[in-house]
Order: sequence, then structure tokens, then C-alpha cells
Amino acid sequence: MRIGSAKQSYRVDEALFDSTTQQTWFGVLVLMLAAFPFVANDYWLYLACLVSINIASTIGLNILTGYTGLVSLGQAAFMGLGAYTVAILQIRYGTPFLLNLLAGGVVAMIGGIVVGLPSLRVKGLYLAIATIAAGFMTHFLFSHWASLTGGTGGLTVPPATFLGNELDTSFRIYWFVVPITVLMLFGAANLFRTRIGRAFIAIRDRDISAAVLGIPLLRYKLMSFALSSFYAGVAGGMFAYFFRLVTPESFPLIMSIFFLAAVIVGGMGTILGSVLGAVFMTLVPELLKLIVGWLPLGGNATLVLSPVRTIVFGLMIVLFLILEPHGLAEIWRRIRRVFHLWPFRT
Amino acid sequence: MNVDWLFFLEISLAGLGTGGLYALTGLAFVIIYKATRVVNLAIGDMLMIGAYLFFAFSAGLGLPLWISVPAALLGVAALGALIERTMIRPMLGESPISSFMVTVGLSSILVGLVELIWTADQRRLPEFLPTTPIQIGEAFLPPKIFYGFWIAVSLIALVLLTFRFWRGGIALRATASDQAAAYSMGINVPRVFSLSWCFAALIAGVAGIVVGTIGGLSSTMGVFGLSVLVVVIFGGLDSVLGALVGGLFVGLIEAWAGTYLGGEYKLLATFSLLVLILLVRPYGLFGTHEIERL
Repeated sequence: MRIGSAKQSYRVDEALFDSTTQQTWFGVLVLMLAAFPFVANDYWLYLACLVSINIASTIGLNILTGYTGLVSLGQAAFMGLGAYTVAILQIRYGTPFLLNLLAGGVVAMIGGIVVGLPSLRVKGLYLAIATIAAGFMTHFLFSHWASLTGGTGGLTVPPATFLGNELDTSFRIYWFVVPITVLMLFGAANLFRTRIGRAFIAIRDRDISAAVLGIPLLRYKLMSFALSSFYAGVAGGMFAYFFRLVTPESFPLIMSIFFLAAVIVGGMGTILGSVLGAVFMTLVPELLKLIVGWLPLGGNATLVLSPVRTIVFGLMIVLFLILEPHGLAEIWRRIRRVFHLWPFRT
Repeated sequence: MNVDWLFFLEISLAGLGTGGLYALTGLAFVIIYKATRVVNLAIGDMLMIGAYLFFAFSAGLGLPLWISVPAALLGVAALGALIERTMIRPMLGESPISSFMVTVGLSSILVGLVELIWTADQRRLPEFLPTTPIQIGEAFLPPKIFYGFWIAVSLIALVLLTFRFWRGGIALRATASDQAAAYSMGINVPRVFSLSWCFAALIAGVAGIVVGTIGGLSSTMGVFGLSVLVVVIFGGLDSVLGALVGGLFVGLIEAWAGTYLGGEYKLLATFSLLVLILLVRPYGLFGTHEIERL
């Protein structure tokens, strides 16, 4: 049983890791992440990269939806903006890939600010539906500005190069995708220890009260949109380097729904939730593939898989919202509490 | 520039025809929103279920039209009640965004079910509308769209009359305007909730059968629902009149954009309209502007 820790200053109380236990476990996690590529096979590495990209985008959406309370169904559109920017820069100018990722983030950020503009006048569901429009407009842009985007055929992205090495296998991509995602995680975690992050939370809890407290709503809402879509843009850039192909169909509305679902399943307004949600939502379809493969369906397995996936996807959103609205992060907290308080009951 | 007015008239009429169906589905949406304050993103998929049930009864079981249509409508109404009872009722009192997300999940479940049962292949509904072309003045109109429009219009009229004169309709309006007051006047609010979902599902079912007859069936029919979202945002989420005007207007815009610019401009046009209306009149043409106080 862990007894409460006495904190003697605000600094300690505000620390990102407030106990040595946490620091130790975080160290273990970092070591595991570093060791993973050497023990895992290609399939697992592929999944790890995919999960990592999805985590990056989910954190972005969580900043907007979970922390600022602005529901968005446009995350995939911003990822698309980032991916196309990266692809075009890489193909035409061959600039260093880190610079491209940054540029992708910035372009998506500008897109996010434009989409966020109505957010002062409308909110809640009106805004959610307005963000659906972003997806259609970017899709249109991608498929019709053919001279730049290659039209419906999309763009084939050459692999990123780092110090003369081509990042063309999952093993190599892992080494740049995972650190960037960890960095972005830290960025988000730290954001909510700053003035800006606190303002976001105030806006979520009651925007009019926040305005009364002197938070300029439009500026902070736009800032939230900008940050969120910057994350999406970088994630989209990593997506482009990872799949090496961007087409207008790579970023459908269902993908935006996927990220919103990841935020909900993980837990709105928690950093841990973004990670858990993204991992869970990415791995469940793979698990389903396994299960459907085991079932004695004969040749129908692949035919059944896609609808079953769609149903399970919807069921997860619905069941989590009804039964566990605070998501996986809350389940995790409960487990932790059990260990803290053992042998007493909560 | 030489404008072919006859051609323009024909497209506009066809646009109004589709617009009637948008208005009808928009009406189903507004009923749900008014009664339960749920923005139902799955309206397009409920419409699709109606069409597929009709397909199952008429083409699958070979039942005659006068049995298969009511059977399909009953089925979809029962589904509406089931959805309300299992998914919407538990979300009472949660934030509107949560219940919105539930309908997002629901939409995915319905699409999955349809693909599982009927596969994702395109299907054709049996023809049951007369096929002789309709001539209005000098303009020719596809018969399906013409009859679809009139089905939509008569159903809308029926629904409006029901709201006006039937006890259940009055209960629904009372619940919509003030839930607590309705409760204290002895209205069974949970029943009204069920009723509104049943009713809306039924209306969507009719729209689905007509839309399916015009354009064929596929598991992507839910896209129709996206245009309907634009319709109701345009007219105002809680306005019946708005749904009607918005439906016809969006139908026209889509027809014009689709013909003069190309098919892929259709959704772009509707969504540009959406953004425009949000910037100018955030609560739609006829929606109530909610005043917030601390």
C-alpha cells in the first residue's frame, strides 16, 4: 500500500512525474520501446508504427475535443493536408524530412485555423457538422488540383533519408516515428501545465464563464484548432512517409470518426487516454482478423471480416459511451487505485 | 451566353424532386431533434435500412407491394424504437455531444449489418412506380423523381396534420417546447421519446424506399444523410419549415452544381452552402437562436 506523498512546494505538486515510481516505470517503458524493434518481427513493427502515427493524431484531436470541448470530425482532413505537403516537398524539392514534417504541420495548422473560424459563432453540434465540410473540401482539393497533387492517382512518396540512410523499412521508420510521437506526447502533457492549456480547459468547462474570466474565446479556440491540426499535420506527414502513397481516398470521413472514437474510447481530456484509445482502436481490427481467421467460415472469412469490423467499430463507440463514458483511462485509474489501496477496498 | 431555358427548367424540376426527399428525411431528423435533442447522424443509415427491408420483403420473399411496403415500414419503425430504448434512453442527461457520438457509432453498426446480411454489392429494387415520362409544360421529367416528389409531399402534409391534430403529435410538440412542463402536465415523456424515434424511422423508411427505387441500393446510401445534415443546418435544426425549405433549396443547388459543373461538385456545393450559412446565420434560416446565460 502506498501512503500519500507529502509535497512541500508547488513545483513538486505540478511536476510531470510526481513520484519516483512513475519515473522508474517511465524509464522501463522507454527501454522497452527502444528494445522492441530488435525482438519484434516485421508485422509487429508495422503495427507499432501505425499505432504511433495514430497516437500522434489522437492526441491532437484530444487537445481540441477532450480539453477544449470543440468536437471536430475533420481530423483526417488535416492529416491529409500534412501528408500532401510532405509528399509534395519531398518529391519536388527533396528537403530534409524533419523540415517537411514541420511544414506539413504548419500547413495543416493554417487549414485548422480556417476551419476553426466559425467556432466563435457556432458551437457544439453545429461546429461538429461544419468540420465535416472540411473533409469534403480537402478531398475536392486533392482530387482536382491535379497539377500539384497528382489527381485521383495520388502521389508516390520517396522514402525519407536520414544521414544518407533511406528510411524504407518498418524497422528504420520506427526510429523516427516513435521518438517524434513521444515528443508530441510530452508537448501535449506539458501544454496543460501552462496558461494556454488551462485556458482551454476553462473554455471546455463553460465557455461563457471563461470569457468572463478574461480569456479571449476566439483567440484560444483558434489556438486550440491550430495546435490540434498541427499534430494532425505531423501525423499525416509520418503517414505519408510510412505508406509512401497519398491519394485523396487515404483520408476519408470514417478516418475522422476513427480518431474521435479513439478519443472517446481512450478517455476525453486525458493524455493517457489518447494513447490507450489509439492503441486499442488500432489493434482491435487486427485482433478481429485473427478471430475471424480462426472461425470455421471456409472461404467466407474475408467477406465477413469487413462488415464485422464496421459493426465492432460502431459497437465500441456506443458501448463505451453508455457504459464507460470516461474511457479506458478511467479503467486504468481504477486498477491503479485498487493497487494503491490494497488490502482495503475503494 | 446562350442559356437553354428548357434544359434549365428540366434540371430544376428534377432538383426539386430530389429536394422533396431531402425535405422528407430532414423532417424525420427534425422530429428526433425536437423531441429528444439528439442530432442523429445515422438518419441516412436508417433510411438505408428501410430500403433494404423493402428489398428483402419484395425481392427476397417475393411478397406483393401492398404487403412488403407496410412490412418494411413496420420493421424500420420497430428498429427506431429499439434504438431509442437501447442507445438513446441511457444517454438521457448526458452532454449532447455524447448522444451525437452514439448516433455516429449507430451509423457504423447499421452499415456493417447491411453489408453482413446483404453484402456490399449494388442492388436494384423492383419497379413499382409508373414508367411513362411526365411532361410539365414543355419540360420532361423522369417519372420516378416526379412520383417520389409527390409521395414526399403527401407524407409531409400528413405528418404536419398529425402534429396539428393528433394527441400524440400535440404531446410531441409539448415535449419539444418544454420537457419539464410537459412532464408536469401528465405527458409520458419517455413514451414521446420512443414515439418520435419510431415515427422518424418510419418517415426515413418511406424516403429510403423511394430513394432506393430511384438510385438503387448500396451500403453507401448513407451519404444521402450527409446532404440531409446540410438541409437541416440550413433550415435550422429544430424547424419543420426550415427542413422543407432547406430540402428543396439544397435539392436545387445540387442539381445545378451536378449538371453544370460535374457530379463531383454536388457535395462540394452543398458543403460550401453549409459553411456559408454557418457564417451568416449560425442557427439556420428558421432555427431558434438559443440565448445563453450564466
